[in-house]
Amino acid sequence: MKEYVYDSVYLRSKDFEEGNVLFETWDPNARYAWDAGVAIGRYLQGLKAGQLIGRHCPECDRVLIPPRMFCETCFRPTDRWVELEDTGAIITFSRCYVTWDMIRITDPQIPAVIEIDGASPGMGIMHMLSEVDPDEVQIGMRVQAVWKPAAERIGAITDIAYFKPL
Amino acid sequence: MIREVAIVGVGWSGFRPITPDLSYKELMYEAAVQAYEEAGIDPRRDVDSFVTVAEDYNEGTSIFDEYVPDQLGALHRPVQTISGEGIHGLAAAVMQILTGQFDVVVVEGHSKASNILTLPYILAFAFDPVFNRPLAVHPYYVAGMEMLRYQVESGTSHYECACVAAKNRNNALLNPLAGYGAAISAADVMASEPVAEPLTRLECAGHSDGCITLVLAAGETARALTDTPVWVRGIGWANDTPWLESRPWGEARYAQAAAEMVYRTAGIKSPRAEIDFAEIDDTFAYKELQHLEALNLCPPGAAGEWTAAGGTEIGGEFPVNPSGGALGQGHLLDATGLARVLEVVLQLRGQAGQRQIETAEVGLAFGWRGVPTTGGAAVILSN
Repeated sequence: MKEYVYDSVYLRSKDFEEGNVLFETWDPNARYAWDAGVAIGRYLQGLKAGQLIGRHCPECDRVLIPPRMFCETCFRPTDRWVELEDTGAIITFSRCYVTWDMIRITDPQIPAVIEIDGASPGMGIMHMLSEVDPDEVQIGMRVQAVWKPAAERIGAITDIAYFKPL
Repeated sequence: MIREVAIVGVGWSGFRPITPDLSYKELMYEAAVQAYEEAGIDPRRDVDSFVTVAEDYNEGTSIFDEYVPDQLGALHRPVQTISGEGIHGLAAAVMQILTGQFDVVVVEGHSKASNILTLPYILAFAFDPVFNRPLAVHPYYVAGMEMLRYQVESGTSHYECACVAAKNRNNALLNPLAGYGAAISAADVMASEPVAEPLTRLECAGHSDGCITLVLAAGETARALTDTPVWVRGIGWANDTPWLESRPWGEARYAQAAAEMVYRTAGIKSPRAEIDFAEIDDTFAYKELQHLEALNLCPPGAAGEWTAAGGTEIGGEFPVNPSGGALGQGHLLDATGLARVLEVVLQLRGQAGQRQIETAEVGLAFGWRGVPTTGGAAVILSN
C-alpha cells in the first residue's frame, strides 16, 4: 500500500503570495444593533448620569447588577430599581500581557470583576483597573469608579473610564 | 411513535417589524412565562430539558447558546441549542421525550431580525464561498430562479403565485399576532416592483421580531397538566443537495422526503383526506404552492389553480396558512416554523378567533430554512 494518496510538497508563504496555491478569501459584512430593552436601557441611562443601578428580586431578596427584569434563579419578575454605590471590592482579576490582537505588552491590562456596594454578594460588574501598581492588586481590594466627564458620557459601560483603589 | 408526546403550553411575544421596547432576553422571557403559565408548570422544578433554536450569525454573538438559560428558567438544567429551522428544534425535543429519559421538554425560537443591520449580507454568507458568493448578487436571486423553474415545470401562472400573497396578507388581518396584514389583491402583488424576476416585492415575506415557546410533555404527564393537549402524531425532516448548480430547481424534494417521513411516523396514508388544514412555509409566495405539491396535499402542478379558486382560503376545503403565514406575520428567521406550529395549536384548541377553522382536528406544519437552503421539517398535530 502506498504511503500517501497525493504527491506532496511543503508549502511556503511565497507559494501563496505568488499565486502558486489558489485560495479564496471573504470578509463577512456582519453588523448588528442590540435593542437594550427595559433593564439594560435603564442601566445605560444610569451610566450616562454617573449612577450605577440594580434591580431587586422579591423572591430571593437579591439586588442584581447589571439589572434584569427577571431573576434567573427564581424565574420571577424583579420589582424595583435600586441605586448603588460606585465603589466595591475585587472578586477576581487577571494581569494580561497579551492584547486581544495578540501583541505582547509589558504594562499589563487588568480586567477585574468588582462586587458593587449595595448589590448582593457575588453581584459584580466587569471593568478595568488603573492607577494601581499591578503587583499590588489582590482579591478583596477596595476600588472606586473613575467616571468620564459628564459631557463625554454616552450611555455605555465605558462611561466609567476604569476603577482605581480607594 | 413509541411514546405519546403532546404540546401542553404555548407562549409568544411579537410579531412586529421592530421591537425596540424589549431586549431579546425580555422578548424570550415574555413568551416563556406565558407558555409555563398555560402549562401550569414551574420551569425551575418541572422542566426536564430545554431546546432552543438559534443561529450565531442571526444573533450577532458567537456561541449564542451560552445566552439562553436565564430567561427560560433553565439555569443549572439540561439545555441544548441547535442551529436549524424551528421545527428541527421541535423534532429534537420530541426525540428527547421518546428516549423515555425526559417527560417535560421546552422548545424556544426567536427573531431579532430588526437588529441585523446587514441582513442580506448575512443571508449571502450562507452561499458557497468559491462558486457563488463572488458573483455578488442579492441572495433572493435563488428564489427568482427557483420560481421560474417551478412555474415552467408545473404550469403555474404568476397570477396563481400572487394569489398566495394576497390570501395570506388578508388572513393576517384576522390575526392580532401578525405584523403584515393588508387588504391587497393578486393584481397589487403582481404590480409591485420586481425583486428577482419573476418574483415581486409583495411575494417576499418581510421580517418580524418575535419569540415562540412551546412546552412538550409525555402522554400521562400531558393528560395530568391539561384537558386540551395537542398531540404530536408524527415528525419528519430532510435535506437535499446544497449545489445550486445541480439541484432539482422545479420541485422541493427536501419537502417530499420530509413529508414521506412525517406521514410514515404519523401513520397517514392519504394526507389530503386525513389532514384538515396546514401551515406551510411561504417565505416566498410560490413556495406555498411548491410545498403543497411536495407535501402531497394536491397533485403536482395543481396547487396554483386550487389556490386561485379559493380552495386554500380560511373558508375553503383545505385552509392553508390561516395565520397569514410568513407573508402575513413576517419572517421570524429560525423561529418561522414554530410560528407555523403555534397557529396549528391555536386552531386545534379552537382559540384562533376570527380565523378559526370549523373542523380543525388534524393539522400539518412545515418549515423551510430559506435561501439558499434545501432543508425542511414537518410535524403533524391533532387534538
